Amino acid sequence: MARVVLEGIRKTYPNGFKAIHGVDVEIEEGEFLVLVGPSGCGKSTLLRMIAGLESITEGRLSIGGRDVNNLEPSERDIAMVFQNYALYPHMSVYKNMAYGLKIMGLPKAEIEERVKKAAAILELTDEQLTRKPRQLSGGQRQRVAMGRAIVREPSVFLFDEPLSNLDAKLRVQMRLEIKTLQANLGITSVYVTHDQVEAMTLGHRLMVLNAGNVEQLGTPIELYQRPASLFVAGFIGSPAMNFADAKIDAEGKNITISGQEALPLGDGGMPEHGGKDVILGIRPEHLELVVEAPDAVPMTVTMVEQLGADTLVHGHFGESRSDLTVRLDGIRHIKGGEVLPIRVAPDHLHVFDPKTERRLS
Amino acid sequence: MIENRPLLTIFSHIMLILGVAVIALPIWIMFVAASHPEIRMTQVPLPMLPGGHFFENLDIALSRGMSGMDGNGVGYMMLNSLAMAMMIAVGKIAISLLSAFAIVYFRFPFRMFFFWMIFITLMLPVEVRILPTYEVVANLGMLDTYWGLSIPLIASATATFMFRQVFLTIPDELLEAARIDGAGPMRFFWDILIPMSRTNIAALFVILFIYGWNQYLWPLLITSETSMYTIVMGIKQMLEAAEQVPQWNIIMMTALLAMLPPVCVVIFMQSLFVKGLTETEK
Amino acid sequence: MLKNVHFGPSVLPFLLVLPQIIVTLVFFIWPASQALYQSLLLEDAFGLKTEFVWFRNFEDLLSDPLYWDSFKITIVFSFLVAFLSMSFALILALFADRVIKGSGAYRTLLIWPYAVAPVTAGALWVFMFNPTLGIVSYALSALGYEWNHQLNGGEAMALVVMASAWKQVAYNFLFFLAGLQSIPKSLIEAAAIDGAGPMRRTIDIVLPLLSPTTFFLLVINIVYAFFETFGVIHVVTAGGPAGATNILVYKVFNDGFVGLDLGGSAAQSVILMIMVIALTVVQFKYVEKRVDY
Repeated sequence: MARVVLEGIRKTYPNGFKAIHGVDVEIEEGEFLVLVGPSGCGKSTLLRMIAGLESITEGRLSIGGRDVNNLEPSERDIAMVFQNYALYPHMSVYKNMAYGLKIMGLPKAEIEERVKKAAAILELTDEQLTRKPRQLSGGQRQRVAMGRAIVREPSVFLFDEPLSNLDAKLRVQMRLEIKTLQANLGITSVYVTHDQVEAMTLGHRLMVLNAGNVEQLGTPIELYQRPASLFVAGFIGSPAMNFADAKIDAEGKNITISGQEALPLGDGGMPEHGGKDVILGIRPEHLELVVEAPDAVPMTVTMVEQLGADTLVHGHFGESRSDLTVRLDGIRHIKGGEVLPIRVAPDHLHVFDPKTERRLS
Repeated sequence: MIENRPLLTIFSHIMLILGVAVIALPIWIMFVAASHPEIRMTQVPLPMLPGGHFFENLDIALSRGMSGMDGNGVGYMMLNSLAMAMMIAVGKIAISLLSAFAIVYFRFPFRMFFFWMIFITLMLPVEVRILPTYEVVANLGMLDTYWGLSIPLIASATATFMFRQVFLTIPDELLEAARIDGAGPMRFFWDILIPMSRTNIAALFVILFIYGWNQYLWPLLITSETSMYTIVMGIKQMLEAAEQVPQWNIIMMTALLAMLPPVCVVIFMQSLFVKGLTETEK
Repeated sequence: MLKNVHFGPSVLPFLLVLPQIIVTLVFFIWPASQALYQSLLLEDAFGLKTEFVWFRNFEDLLSDPLYWDSFKITIVFSFLVAFLSMSFALILALFADRVIKGSGAYRTLLIWPYAVAPVTAGALWVFMFNPTLGIVSYALSALGYEWNHQLNGGEAMALVVMASAWKQVAYNFLFFLAGLQSIPKSLIEAAAIDGAGPMRRTIDIVLPLLSPTTFFLLVINIVYAFFETFGVIHVVTAGGPAGATNILVYKVFNDGFVGLDLGGSAAQSVILMIMVIALTVVQFKYVEKRVDY
């Protein structure tokens, strides 16, 4: 267990491409930090820099109080689980797990003890330990890859999209297993994924990366409730947040979408931004169908998706051309062309600056 | 097949059997000749069916050879061929594995220069540089040695290319995992790359063993002592003697012995052989 | 070419390529450059002094009708070997692709001559066609044809072609069969539904789709006939009678080692080198586009 501290970490490739523009974060002992973002955002690069598989162009990286910038991966007291597991195909499961320990020069008895212990944690049978990786199912390979990390008894676990090669059902199951395992072992972990559900469920904190920049760092709930930027707002949450061009009135009390309906801004409004053109974000689950209310806005339905547990209603406010999605509980009998009265909860409005794309409220 | 035409299938089998017969005929004639006594080999027409002197001829070939030769038989020639073939095959594989490893897994100055230098060997078969190569080997005092027989032939662009290809298909993550496990370059080479290239190495070995065993021009140039002759050279030597003493039974027995090891390799390691042939041509 | 993930800088890679580079330098590059250099020298009859003569050796060579004869013989020989072994192999491969049962067994029975040394192959054929004793020449004379490749240049050529082609059938068969088996079955089935019979399908569909393999094999066979048939020639005809089978590679050996004409032999080596380079370029340019279907 160790604190991992990143200070001003930057990465520039020899060809001049800047992959990471400066990351500062202190990962606490036992914390589970998830790096999340679309492909190419630099999240894997950052993880590989922590692992020592990529060099650090600028900045300081310390693990457990030790500067590790110039240490080999094997000297950093870390273990890594790869996307494609990277199991040695010619070695048995046992040998795969024991290989690093053998190189460390541990006595045979201790290697065996550690491997057996890890196998027990991961519920790998003795018979499975003698098999070759190709004789295992995807989920079992995943476990072996984690086993290889566990036996090292590292201070830090690094996960590079470890679940992306599994089918949907197995992914949910393994996600829970990883979460439980990390909670039980209490080892500081850094986990890379592009899947926001995985990120939300696993991480104590999430770091959202976009094009090599940190968009936001915070707990899943913080990111959900107060996304710091348009990018985070659009990335976290499913179905994605609705966005519309809007204008705040002169007093900063109300907000108007495309010159149509005025919505009240809660909490005393935003007088400092009075008269400003903004982007308004509303999550589909924060739009509700009301019977008849003074602040209801009529929405014209274009399409309905029945998911069973929820119903997703697509449409637009009045003549506005901004599409929006409403998420309603349970099964609703709604048809295209209907006009529904929709109410927006004022505390759930997200207002963004169209130029900086940062949060205003 | 697409449509059921039994006649066409039967015809195909007949043609194939005829083809096999044409290909096998020289071998059959060789085998028959190797099983008759010397005296029968001077009577026209020669026999088409095997005789009863096969093992007698085998004994003569191995222990004495043809009359008029040094009387040491051809056994030692087979050992020379074996030594040469093994040294060539192992040597080519070893130096090619190392250089392919360097070229694929390291960034270092002159990397591409070395790569092209190895590539050029492809364009310089021994046949086109006979005399100067002979001079080099003579100056190094390697005439009539196993080293002289094998080392000048072990540079190999084909083998280097093949291993390069194999290494390129090995996922990068394995190297990363090995680095996290603390394996250095040579450890990675031995523990991961070599075991993962096992079948390719075996396939290449089959091809190179045949290549080495069948070398003729090169040993012909650099050996003058009969104790260094290879079995393939022994055949030529016997054929020259045959102008005077036509001991065709012994010559054919020798030819049989000369082709036996490589043919056995092809037949018993057929899948490796096919893999080796197709991969080295990529 | 280079892995994205690789080891850091050290002297290790130099040590790793060193053995191959030393062998290449000492036994390939140096002798080849010597050949280039010697091809520009003329040695007097007693080997006492050498003179730098620029391209005189090449001029002499190219104005020597014997050299041009050897050139023509090599071309004829190569194309005959390539044609004979490829067509024989193709026919067998077409039949083997047709039969389902036993195609593996036929393959085994057909591929082993690959392992026979050229010298051994030459010995077998020279024995079968021995003018006084050979079984085939006996059969021919029973039919009224007196075979003697030791006297008749055409027969000598036929014999070395047969011996060389016999050995190469295995290789061609293997690649033709692999090429045939990689043609998608659906194409053949589509042609069958279009009403094409087996013969028509072979001509209209199979052979065109096989053309990359055919071209590849043509290059390989020519290289084989040029450079790897030395043993066959040496054993069967020794270039004779009267130079009728004196292919270029044999002539280099003969002029250099037996005739001791260093400059002339070196000039021949250089010309051969140029031909190998040309063939290699053709082969490599082509190999890139090899997978065509």
